[in-house]
Amino acid sequence: MKAPGKLAALSLTALLAVTACGGEAAPAAQGPQPLRMSIWTSNEAHLKLFNEIAAEYRKSHPQVGEITFDPIPFENYTTTLTTQIAGGNAPDLAWILENSAPDFVGSGALVPLKSKIENAGELVPAATRLWERDGELYAYPFSTSPFGVFVNTDLVKAAGQKTPRELMKAGQWDWQHANEINKAVAAKGKNGLTILNFDYKAWDNLATVWQGWGAKAWSDDGGTCQFNAPEMVEAMTFLHKAIFTDKSMPGPGTAVDFFSGDTSMAVAQISRAAMLEDATFKWDLVPLPAGPKGEYAVIGQAGIGVLKKSPRAEQATDFLTYFTNAANSAKLAAYFPPARGSVLTADTMAKTSPMLNGDQLQEVVVDGIQKGVVKPSHTGQAELAQTARAALDPLWKPDADVKAVLDGVCAKIQPLLGG
Amino acid sequence: MAATDLLDRVAVRAATRARPFWTIPRRDALVGYLLISPQLVGSALFVLLPLGLVVYYSLQEWNVLASTFEYVGGANYAKLLADPNMGQVLTGTALFSVGLVVLNLTLALSLAILLNQRLAGTTFFRTLFFSPVLVSLVAWTIVWQFLLQQDGGVNGLLGVVGVEGPNWLRGETTALLSVIVVQVVKNVGLNMVLFLAALQGVPRQLYEAAQLDGAGAWTRFARITVPQISPTILLTSIITVVGSLQVFAQIAVLTQGGPGMSTTVLVYYLYQQAFQFRHLGYGAALSVLLFLIVAALTLLQWRLRRKWVFHES
Repeated sequence: MKAPGKLAALSLTALLAVTACGGEAAPAAQGPQPLRMSIWTSNEAHLKLFNEIAAEYRKSHPQVGEITFDPIPFENYTTTLTTQIAGGNAPDLAWILENSAPDFVGSGALVPLKSKIENAGELVPAATRLWERDGELYAYPFSTSPFGVFVNTDLVKAAGQKTPRELMKAGQWDWQHANEINKAVAAKGKNGLTILNFDYKAWDNLATVWQGWGAKAWSDDGGTCQFNAPEMVEAMTFLHKAIFTDKSMPGPGTAVDFFSGDTSMAVAQISRAAMLEDATFKWDLVPLPAGPKGEYAVIGQAGIGVLKKSPRAEQATDFLTYFTNAANSAKLAAYFPPARGSVLTADTMAKTSPMLNGDQLQEVVVDGIQKGVVKPSHTGQAELAQTARAALDPLWKPDADVKAVLDGVCAKIQPLLGG
Repeated sequence: MAATDLLDRVAVRAATRARPFWTIPRRDALVGYLLISPQLVGSALFVLLPLGLVVYYSLQEWNVLASTFEYVGGANYAKLLADPNMGQVLTGTALFSVGLVVLNLTLALSLAILLNQRLAGTTFFRTLFFSPVLVSLVAWTIVWQFLLQQDGGVNGLLGVVGVEGPNWLRGETTALLSVIVVQVVKNVGLNMVLFLAALQGVPRQLYEAAQLDGAGAWTRFARITVPQISPTILLTSIITVVGSLQVFAQIAVLTQGGPGMSTTVLVYYLYQQAFQFRHLGYGAALSVLLFLIVAALTLLQWRLRRKWVFHES
């Protein structure tokens, strides 16, 4: 190699070496250590409450520096979180959505918490099941939020229909009656029922409907596809008819916003009540309608875990213990239904819940958590969800053969279920 | 004789000793290398190093959550060959790229020819067609998402003339077409400006001479315009082909690869595998495949230039 060539190569090598040295771990940190928790909400009221609890904690823990709550948009939450982890920028604590719970809990990425959490024995078993493995708790069931139906009672009455609450009193609050109401509202030029976050893609939200038919995405052991089971075919046929024949649900490619007042019903979790603060219409929150198999409830969950990779895992665990103790759980219950039996009462929650009354809290939240099932989740959920989404797409056409499409879903996802 | 030899040797040695290491050519070379070193270092750090790392990662199985990193040799490439989705993904990618390149270049050239005329309002239309290039890609795509809905603006316009438009983003063919059109309208202005500059560089006397010889408009276009602007056609086609294989944001916003897998092009599929499904090793293998396809197509176009680029023959 000629001299300039050697020089250039040497310069490059030296620069790369210097850069590489720059990537080494920083020297041992001195002073108060900051903590970062990734969360999916960016709601101001939620963040204000978190920051107040964090500020209170820091008063008695001077060794902990700033505690940051880092919102990541819900749509790409898990993808962004795992990319942060892969990129060496993992948070100390993270909310984990229920659909990725099996992956996080099963991977060993989280710090065991059972012995650290204050009075863990009072946690409702239905709420902790998803976050446990071999008797150990890997994430605190921070939010156990049942799905209910938000109702725009103005629109329902304007369509000349009985309200869901009236139907509940008459023992007639079921999917058939709900469909009739929404059909009548749609006939008046407004939107009928919407399932929030579904948008003809996030099909796991349909569990809020098919559970009423006793349908499941896959068997309890996770090994067998159940999309083409008779219960699921019936439930999906009901949905298909509602969308394309009755027009009681907005079709694919239609933008719908319940909170703006042009939609009669929305299936959503109770935390969405915060968006109704400035509602210009009368609204109610009722439990999910009964299906052919009777009454049921579906709960959405989020856990908070401590990442093992965090260099401050010990402090993070301590903060999580404080963040979720009984006193703070009662405060957080204003937005995030607690898994602690001692605070899971309508009276306790009514003290902090700014939007919901005692009846709504009892019927939807307290009863819902006791009898609710979680949405489908499985190891490798992201790939399963995407594969099922692609296979379900042909269903969202007026002339779809429901059974054939659901057979196709099983053909696609069965290999991913391990069979 | 001996004395002369000795003198010669001394003279040669003296000359050798006196010649400095830093000769003018060497000093020039050093200055040159120093001047390009920022770019060289940048390329090494941000292009060559990541490229090498992608190849390295493609030979590993990396479980982000479990923090395991295991050498698996060619397993990810074997998986790629056996992947049942690959046929659909590569077909979708080819359809998307061909559609986009043909539509983009045809429209860009047509607009450039039209706006190269001495007509009133050409400056306004040049600005109008170029302005989408300056708009944020995601904002642009979100607006189109609303326009393409069943009851959106596009179908509203079609309704005015009595046509019932389809549900653009829900049909397999219409979804692919929609993504292509959204991308073409966004970027056609850039190619249009390049073509416009090339057209204005064509000597007018060539057209005058051809006209005197009785050449019609089409003959003048085919025999003078196209050969004269062929270097720009080569440049724009390379840029557009490479760009078409890297379209991601529009698909992520508009269709997320659906309906079915109709808009799951290779770059979106590798994003799904690497980041959504956390198969980082397999995603890296798909990246290597994408790199090879882009490199092969670019090389092919570069080789073909001698045949059809006027100044290269």
